[in-house]
Amino acid sequence: MQALTNRNKAVDRKPMTLWEKMYIPSIMKGMSITLSHFFKKKPTISYPEEKRPFSPVFRGLHILNRDEEGRERCTACGLCAVACPAEAITMEAAERKPGEENLYREEKYAARYEINMLRCIFCGLCEEACPKDAVYLSETFTPANFTRETFIYKKQDLLIPDPKTEPEQYQKALGSRAKKN
Amino acid sequence: MAEEKKAEEKKLFKVTIDNITVDVEPGTTILHAARMVGGDVTPPAMCYYSKLKGSGGKCRTCLVEVAAGSTADPRPMPKLVASCRTTVMDGMIVKNITSERVLEARAGVVELLLINHPLDCPICDQAGECHLQDLSYEHGKEGTRYEFKRRTFTPHNLGEYIQLHMTRCILCYRCVYTANQLTNKREHGILDRGDHAEIATYIEKALDNEFIGNVIDVCPVGALTDKTFRFKNRVWFTKPMDAHRDCPTCSGQVQLWMRGDEVYRVTARKDEWGEVKDTTEGKPGWICNDCRFHKKSVKDWVIEGPTQVNRHSVISQGHYVNTVTPKETLPEVMGGRAPKLLMNIHKVSDVNRPEIQLSKIEGPAHSDDFKPPTP
Repeated sequence: MQALTNRNKAVDRKPMTLWEKMYIPSIMKGMSITLSHFFKKKPTISYPEEKRPFSPVFRGLHILNRDEEGRERCTACGLCAVACPAEAITMEAAERKPGEENLYREEKYAARYEINMLRCIFCGLCEEACPKDAVYLSETFTPANFTRETFIYKKQDLLIPDPKTEPEQYQKALGSRAKKN
Repeated sequence: MAEEKKAEEKKLFKVTIDNITVDVEPGTTILHAARMVGGDVTPPAMCYYSKLKGSGGKCRTCLVEVAAGSTADPRPMPKLVASCRTTVMDGMIVKNITSERVLEARAGVVELLLINHPLDCPICDQAGECHLQDLSYEHGKEGTRYEFKRRTFTPHNLGEYIQLHMTRCILCYRCVYTANQLTNKREHGILDRGDHAEIATYIEKALDNEFIGNVIDVCPVGALTDKTFRFKNRVWFTKPMDAHRDCPTCSGQVQLWMRGDEVYRVTARKDEWGEVKDTTEGKPGWICNDCRFHKKSVKDWVIEGPTQVNRHSVISQGHYVNTVTPKETLPEVMGGRAPKLLMNIHKVSDVNRPEIQLSKIEGPAHSDDFKPPTP
């Protein structure tokens, strides 16, 4: 059989020599390897205190965008759900009533919008499919949790803060990649 | 003598469409001859509807090139002709997709149809089964070059069942012919002319004839849609099923658009050209308003099975047929105990709650339909 690497060695079953029976040199050899690593560059970081910069194309947790007047952009057209290879997105649409024009951008809106983060594979196809610039993948991870129920993200979990009432949180949620006007 | 007579009776015209020759009866239109060939050779039609007498000749999407008029006079026709209105001649040679001129002209026609058509497919209920949407994508004209204001209309209310979006209308006249030929008294029509022409009733009036619901099926765009299905779901998330019932007024052979056990929409069955299919008795399968708007329960119908959907259609997306559920082995291994379910999605999810029966709501759902019930 062809070996996968050139590092395989046949097991040597010869009785140990006196030098090997002393063990101390072998221990010293091992300890020197350990010691040498103290002076090498650490490949790890202490995560919560220190964070790596995100790649410009990082795809994290979804946000549902609002327009500059704070109205929801999503019209529940279903293109994100139809594009989703993991079938993680579901929604139910409703018609905007007179008086709700300040809440929803168009005649039709998503009354229910859910992303199952347990199913989501963060491929970003929903973002690509969206004709209304409503769904975006942000620069945050899905927070870890103990129960599975918390991973069904409802519309109120996904919506970006209102730029009119909470401008600071809105700017924070926009992240560093948002288009600068 | 007898043989001669027989030959005379069976006199068929030979017509060649895109290098495929068919024998058709005299008086057949080029479009029909092409439909006999089928496939890509068939010119698209936005206004012509074979079940409606007098339809066609308005939209110009079915333009074809006639390379040779007939055996007797093989000169080509100088202009492109509307295939739905031009009858075949013996020895006629027609070019459809093999002609550059036709494809270019058709792309132009699509762009003209889209001049005033709002690109609001994300909120349009017809999206996914819209002929204009298919046509524009097939001809690479899904964008728009038009920079001016599109025409707008004062909205007309056509009653509680039919929703009119005049801005989406392409003035194909199909609904007018439907009302003329299926109902006793037509109540709607085209008012005004030119850029102001619109589908409307003269004085605000609800369309309430027994068969008027069929205008929804014949509309090639989303101008006339079902108000009882409005915004309830996208067509590709519902599953089409063939079903029938004993209807005293119509054939009762319909297509149900279902989600789970809920009937979201009832339409007539459509054939491969997007037209109403003939019933098993061979008559056009128009359905009545009672079947279409009032029978929104599985109990009303005898379900025959899922409709065969073209696999290139978006409607077939996510519709898994002939699936095999693998045998559950865990209870066997665990001595009869079922594995612990860590999460039941139906308990967590807010979508498709059993207490909110969207299919039973008259008209589109509103914010108050989704409010949690006050305890």
